[in-house]
Amino acid sequence: MAAQQLPTVVVIGNGMVGYKFCEKLLAKSTAFNLVVFGEEPRVAYDRVHLSEYFGGKTADDLLMAPQQWYHDHGIALHLGDAVQEIDRASQTVHSRGGLVQSYDYLVLATGSSAFVPDIPGVEKQGVAVYRTIEDLEEIKAAAATARVGAVLGGGLLGLEAAKALLDLGVAETHVIEFAPRLMPRQIDAAGSAMLQSKLEALGLKIHLSKATASIGGNGRIDALHFGDGSILPVDMLVISAGIRPRDELARLAGLEVGLRGGITVNDQMQTSDPRIFAIGECALHGGMIYGLVAPGYDMAEVVASQLLQGARAFTGFDMSSKLKLIGVDVASFGDPFIAEPHSRSIVFEDAHSGIYKRINLSPDGKYLLGGVLIGDAEAYSMLLQTVNNKLVLPPHPEDLILGARGGEGSDSGANVLNLPDEALICSCEAVTKGAICAAVAELSVTTVDGMKKCNKAGTGCGGCVPMVKDLINGTLMAQGAYIKNVLCEHFDYSRQELFDLLKINDIRTYDTALNRFGSGDGCETCKPAVGSILAGLWNDLIVKQNVIQDTNDRYLANIQKGGSYSVMPRMAGGEVSPRQLMAIGRIAEKYNLYTKITGGQRIDMFGAHVSDLPDIWEELINEGFESGHAYGKSLRTIKSCVGSTWCRYGLHDSVTFAIELENRYKGIRSPHKLKSGVSGCVRECAEAQAKDFGVIATEKGWNLYVCGNGGAKPQHAQLLAGDIDQETVVRYLDRFLMFYIKTADPLTRTAVWLNKMDGGIAYLRNVIVNDSLGICADLEGEIALLIKNYFCEWKEVVDNPELRKQFTHFVNAPKVKDPTMKFETMRGQKKVAEW
Amino acid sequence: MEAATAVTWLPVCKTTDIPADGGACALVKGEQVAIFNFARRGEWYATQNLCPHKQQMALARGMIGSAGEACEPKVACPFHKRTFSLLTGACLNGDECAIQTYPVKVEGDDVYIGWA
Ligand code: SRM
Ligand SMILES: Cc1cc2nc3c(=O)[nH]c(=O)nc-3n(C[C@H](O)[C@H](O)[C@H](O)COP(=O)(O)OP(=O)(O)OC[C@H]3O[C@@H](n4cnc5c(N)ncnc54)[C@H](O)[C@@H]3O)c2cc1C
Ligand code: SF4
Ligand code: FES
Repeated sequence: MAAQQLPTVVVIGNGMVGYKFCEKLLAKSTAFNLVVFGEEPRVAYDRVHLSEYFGGKTADDLLMAPQQWYHDHGIALHLGDAVQEIDRASQTVHSRGGLVQSYDYLVLATGSSAFVPDIPGVEKQGVAVYRTIEDLEEIKAAAATARVGAVLGGGLLGLEAAKALLDLGVAETHVIEFAPRLMPRQIDAAGSAMLQSKLEALGLKIHLSKATASIGGNGRIDALHFGDGSILPVDMLVISAGIRPRDELARLAGLEVGLRGGITVNDQMQTSDPRIFAIGECALHGGMIYGLVAPGYDMAEVVASQLLQGARAFTGFDMSSKLKLIGVDVASFGDPFIAEPHSRSIVFEDAHSGIYKRINLSPDGKYLLGGVLIGDAEAYSMLLQTVNNKLVLPPHPEDLILGARGGEGSDSGANVLNLPDEALICSCEAVTKGAICAAVAELSVTTVDGMKKCNKAGTGCGGCVPMVKDLINGTLMAQGAYIKNVLCEHFDYSRQELFDLLKINDIRTYDTALNRFGSGDGCETCKPAVGSILAGLWNDLIVKQNVIQDTNDRYLANIQKGGSYSVMPRMAGGEVSPRQLMAIGRIAEKYNLYTKITGGQRIDMFGAHVSDLPDIWEELINEGFESGHAYGKSLRTIKSCVGSTWCRYGLHDSVTFAIELENRYKGIRSPHKLKSGVSGCVRECAEAQAKDFGVIATEKGWNLYVCGNGGAKPQHAQLLAGDIDQETVVRYLDRFLMFYIKTADPLTRTAVWLNKMDGGIAYLRNVIVNDSLGICADLEGEIALLIKNYFCEWKEVVDNPELRKQFTHFVNAPKVKDPTMKFETMRGQKKVAEW
Repeated sequence: MEAATAVTWLPVCKTTDIPADGGACALVKGEQVAIFNFARRGEWYATQNLCPHKQQMALARGMIGSAGEACEPKVACPFHKRTFSLLTGACLNGDECAIQTYPVKVEGDDVYIGWA
């Protein structure tokens, strides 16, 4: 097709919004001839994340799209060439480089420049602004030799610049703000005070109500002189006093501009010349310049739609914002300042932890109008959604900032899943909740990254990423609950279903399981899950199918930072003889291992090279040790207290019982790890009630507790049966453990398993104690097989040359250790070197 | 990409050195290369051994498998389960950069890596 017949759209300015316009127009139609002029030397980059340039990102990392993209999409791109004149009569633009280009439609996306106030001395060396990559290079160079730096302006950008100076190593950084508070456009006085104390803790020096009269220095800045007569010696200054829309071209062309700058546009983003549009930070809409990227993107969408005779209009945008990078959470949303009688506010202030939160409610308390969050802005996205979607507030709106304090459904008002489908989640890319949930449900998008690829949600400022994640998980969970709880994309069965299938069909390898009941080639989710099922059925040697095991089970040791492994022999019940202690000491010294007493009452040796593992274990086995299965989803330790043997309160011999139980269940694989404790009396020194199963001595026998958990969400174990004798404890435990092994989902600890069980502990007790399902005889038989099949895995490996051979770092150089592994010394022992 | 420059085929190990449907690491000209014997598909792959996520020398110890309808072969790092395409080296689930892949060929019971 002859290109000249297509209407020509010329875009002036290749910044964030100019780029986004091209992207949006191309997504809708290719029936245009697109020509772009950019004044900067490089293609559009992400100004929002500009500060990351100091954090190690390169200019290339920040590009919105590589230069190739423009070429691939047939865009004529003129970089480093500013347009200097628009001739509306002949519909042409003239560039500084001498190009004359005609247009059918013209889009002005010239952005803004940093506003530099008219202070005597601003032209001096060492004074910079914060807008382009070139500005950042200048700041970086100045910071290299500066000891004291200052930022003029305590707004959103000024604070970001101040943090950047700190990070660049400027020893002393000052923030000078003319107004009596920080971020005057976004937060109230109380919030500013809290923010100030937090920033001062970070090392910034804040000066409020301070007018700068002049900049001193002979050619190069050396001090700031203030209106009140005071002087601050500085080596550099970054000016961040606001932005000035770049309307000079438009002015020259006789387009209507605002009194204080900005190209006047209507709701269709048309300037006073209907063939010319203005978008982004140069556009003045409804008397307002929007200094944020999301409204700019929305304007780009409006123009793209206009060019295709669409009806989209721009009707204003919310100025809510969240400060990033500064190390302190700051956010404001909706109307942060609205006060009585138009609203009533709830304020939460915790000076100790530096948290200030204010929410403004409608006078009837039903709706959220806006607010300010300092120190903890986790609730920002949800609160913003609550304002924008006019959600009716829950009965205790204070919960929105205090967190729900228990009670069924008290947090239901603040759940992303309760938002209406049209709620805008990613405002940069205009992606709604409905679109995100549909992508999960219909296109099987299950990760944030996948979502970014699918509909660009989260690719702009990134503020919505946590919500996108919640929506994905929420949708998946809703599906899982109502649809099917399958292992992964390769097996359309739950773990419990597959357990039964493999048992009935006598299947003993992963490959046969995959061929008979699965599809594809498996993955890191189903391989270990099937491995765990097979182990739960037959308790075969785990390393016979080592490539389906997680790395810890494959190498029978826990992999650590840097790629070394830990060695943990079993010390049943926490008992160890002096002789064994000496053996451990000798072996650890020989192989240069770091030793530590673990939280599980045994000794861990860290920092072993993979190729040393078989030799170390050979020596340990010769000293009578066996594997501690610290690497497996299997029984870890059974802690004990000294009990009646030594303790004046001890009722029964807790050590002997712990050792007996540990030896009974050692090596058995389960959906997740199992931990236990046996205490000699109710003082509970072995913490039995924090374990997957725990036993506590009573006057009449033992109390058996199950499904406790430490970890991230601690939960006490619950009493399964009281005052029972040792034999009954063992019988109930046999049943309980096998029932768990057969029915729990992969990687689900007993506590979570019980929490999900309909009927809870009462149901479980009925199954285990009263045999309500009539399966107890089976359970006892099945676990007896697993117990009988126990062997020390490490002994098998040590004795088997074929298996031993697999413990090398380099297959073609078995003697060579991984040269990238580095250790250093700490308190006389070795540790992994930081990198 | 590799096809453009002529590669030198370097013998690195025997087929039996790499477990079926698993991987192992080889030292090739001072570099650590992860070699995978995708026995289930009768395919061989090689990538860098370094996982770009936290710079761990570990990919050879990862589990292999496939992703999606097209059964794209992949490896999961044993450390934090980042997964990478064995065909292109692209990271399949995060912002980590892609890993280097190498051509592999098997002749008799010798495994060769194509070195550019
Ligand atoms: C070595 C030890 C810390 C210590 O120096 O004391 C330890 C070390 C690790 N723990 Fe632990 N845990 C250790 C006792 C505990 C305890 C205390 C206890 O067992 O009494 C707990 C809380 C009790 C509990 O589990 O309910 C504990 C809760 C966890 C959790 C959280 C489990 C949960 O349900 O939330 C994990 C993560 C996991 O398993 O997914 C974990 C995982 C880990 C891992 C395996 C992390 C990993 O995957 O690399 C650590 C391995 C270090 C290494 O390189 O060897 N560790 N860990 C302790 C070994 C005990 C032992 O002798 O076997
Ligand atoms: C450090 C920093 C942090 C920021 N953080 C945030 C944030 O967290 N959230 C947020 O929403 N916003 C933030 N912003 C604001 C955001 O970057 C802007 O809103 C956005 O870049 C505006 O895009 P634009 O395309 O309108 O303008 P620009 O990105 O400035 O692009 C305009 C381009 O047009 C070019 N140009 C001008 N005149 C001509 C001409 N005559 N011929 C050719 N080219 C011309 C300019 O050189 C420039 O490249 C931040 C800005 C900065 C500087
Ligand atoms: S508490 Fe965390 S850091 Fe400490 S050993 Fe356990 S898992 Fe590792
Ligand atoms: S080091 Fe590979 S996933 Fe983290």
